[in-house]
Amino acid sequence: MAGEPLDAISGLAPEPTVRPGVLARLSGSFTLLILAGVVLVFSAINGGRFFNPANFQNIAVDAAQLLLLTVGVTFVIITAGIDLSVGSVLILSAVVAAKVMVRYAGEPAEVQAYQFPNQGTAIPLGLAAGVATGLTCGLANGLLITRLKMPSFIVTLGTLGIALGLAQLLSGGVNVPNVPPAVQQEIGLRELIAFEVGGQRLRLTPPVLIAFVVAVLAAVALNRTRFGRYTYAVGSNAAAARRVGIDVDRHLVKVYGLSGLLAGVAGGFDLLRFGTASVGSHQSDNLAAISAAVIGGTSLFGGLGTIGGSVIGAFIPAALRTGLVISRVQPFWQNVAIGAVLILAVFLDQRRRRVEERM
Amino acid sequence: MDRVETARTDAGRGPLLQARGIDKFFGPVHALKHVDFEVREGEIVALIGDNGAGKSTFINVLTGVLPHDGGEIVFDGRPVRLASPQEARRLGIETVYQDLAVAPHLDAVANIFLGREYRLPGPLGGLGFLDRRRMRRETEEQLARLRVRVPDLGRRLVTLSGGQRQGVAVARAVMWASKVVIMDEPTAALGVAQTAMVLDLMRQVRDNGVPVVFISHNMPHVFEVADRIVVLRLGEVVQELDPRRATIDDAVSAMTGSIRSVAAKGGHGGR
Repeated sequence: MAGEPLDAISGLAPEPTVRPGVLARLSGSFTLLILAGVVLVFSAINGGRFFNPANFQNIAVDAAQLLLLTVGVTFVIITAGIDLSVGSVLILSAVVAAKVMVRYAGEPAEVQAYQFPNQGTAIPLGLAAGVATGLTCGLANGLLITRLKMPSFIVTLGTLGIALGLAQLLSGGVNVPNVPPAVQQEIGLRELIAFEVGGQRLRLTPPVLIAFVVAVLAAVALNRTRFGRYTYAVGSNAAAARRVGIDVDRHLVKVYGLSGLLAGVAGGFDLLRFGTASVGSHQSDNLAAISAAVIGGTSLFGGLGTIGGSVIGAFIPAALRTGLVISRVQPFWQNVAIGAVLILAVFLDQRRRRVEERM
Repeated sequence: MDRVETARTDAGRGPLLQARGIDKFFGPVHALKHVDFEVREGEIVALIGDNGAGKSTFINVLTGVLPHDGGEIVFDGRPVRLASPQEARRLGIETVYQDLAVAPHLDAVANIFLGREYRLPGPLGGLGFLDRRRMRRETEEQLARLRVRVPDLGRRLVTLSGGQRQGVAVARAVMWASKVVIMDEPTAALGVAQTAMVLDLMRQVRDNGVPVVFISHNMPHVFEVADRIVVLRLGEVVQELDPRRATIDDAVSAMTGSIRSVAAKGGHGGR
């Protein structure tokens, strides 16, 4: 054969390179633009009442819980799956954590009298039980999906109901009473770092720190490790992943396990923030998390998505909510806005993909 | 990665990979009927046949994707059981599948190393951290050695054309194959220039000491590169042709059944 280098990728004739259009390039930073727009609009309307450090701190606290769910769901969606159960798993984990704390914090009579002699062990035990509950639910999702070869949509829709029902059975449908207040006062609101900015006292609390650390670790795992690479590969072409010897089922169980685990941690946040497990809320958190991931650029068809995008996506609802409250607009508009943003995000994403993937 | 060099030192032109009397049933359908086939050192052997002749089924058996119901596979002189594609790969048999087994959202380096990623040394590697620089460097070295040029290794395959993706799939197989490369219709989706490239690459792989199995029903391509042609019809090997003497018409009539199964059995197995 000739000594000329072969041009395997481009053949002998150069192939046209794809130049994305304005719209396509715009959607790459679409999420950030939306968030910046939200901040800008509310700052313009409310001035310093919105654009001040203390308010941003509130937004961060507000977003932390959803952020955990969104990170987990992002991994799942990148594998071309879906996890509808995270909101219910959060509730179940919170109830289990609260129940364990109440049970082990002292004798029933003591707890009734609001005495918690053993809360030093009961609180960590309860939080661990909540995380373990989440992990168990996630692994169950993964095993059901891979062993029964069922669509993740159906399996997690089923476990959504199961987890919610179990949480209601355990709690009797009401917020768990007599949770040691120390979980909120001593842990949830503890000032890890505090500093003064412009006369306002800003605090870094454990939930915000945990959410931040989780997001950083998740981003590193997704970009730098084999786990992350397999997550993309499975979502991109599961058959190809199988042929090169990747144990796709095992990987999926891990990914759903991770999603459940993070939902369990998020369940603990309920106790840290509010001092109780709130059974009534969170029932649409699954859709909020999925929306945040998708707004952040994660493709429901799999193979695409970043943690950075999801983090921004998770901040948009919190920023909207706070902004609407400050502007004295009914916060229910948040749902309307998020819905519209979601549709726009997916539309732009499809446009971008069509440009990018024409062959 | 010095597998190609080791392969070259294997002198002799005996069969490296042999399928003996392979039977395969799909329910009541006898899809492969006692197929004998061998791959010899230093050759490009073409496996041709009409649609439904059993080419893909046979290749799937040969690469461990499908189990067979009768017969045996002999590799390097000893019988082997290929229960999975990974086992075939462990023996140094690489396959370019017809349906392009690449992950389009990953880049060329990630695809080439998919399933055999290098991890960083030390505790970070234990945590699963990838040695991306080493994988990229080795990809560049190997592709240069194979004289395959890739414009941008960091581009996700979705942004490449079908022919370009095929290039990555072929490069991956060629890069890792130490014993045999199997290519299932590698030119089916390609334009003229890229077809020429793939055919050249096949010759070069053979000249480097790794035999190639070339599955195709494109006769001009087959006659251009093959050293030997095996014709499969309705699950049976019906004829073996020497492309220097046979014509395309001979091959076509063997494929379509103008010639009955006679020559194959007797003329087979000769060294």
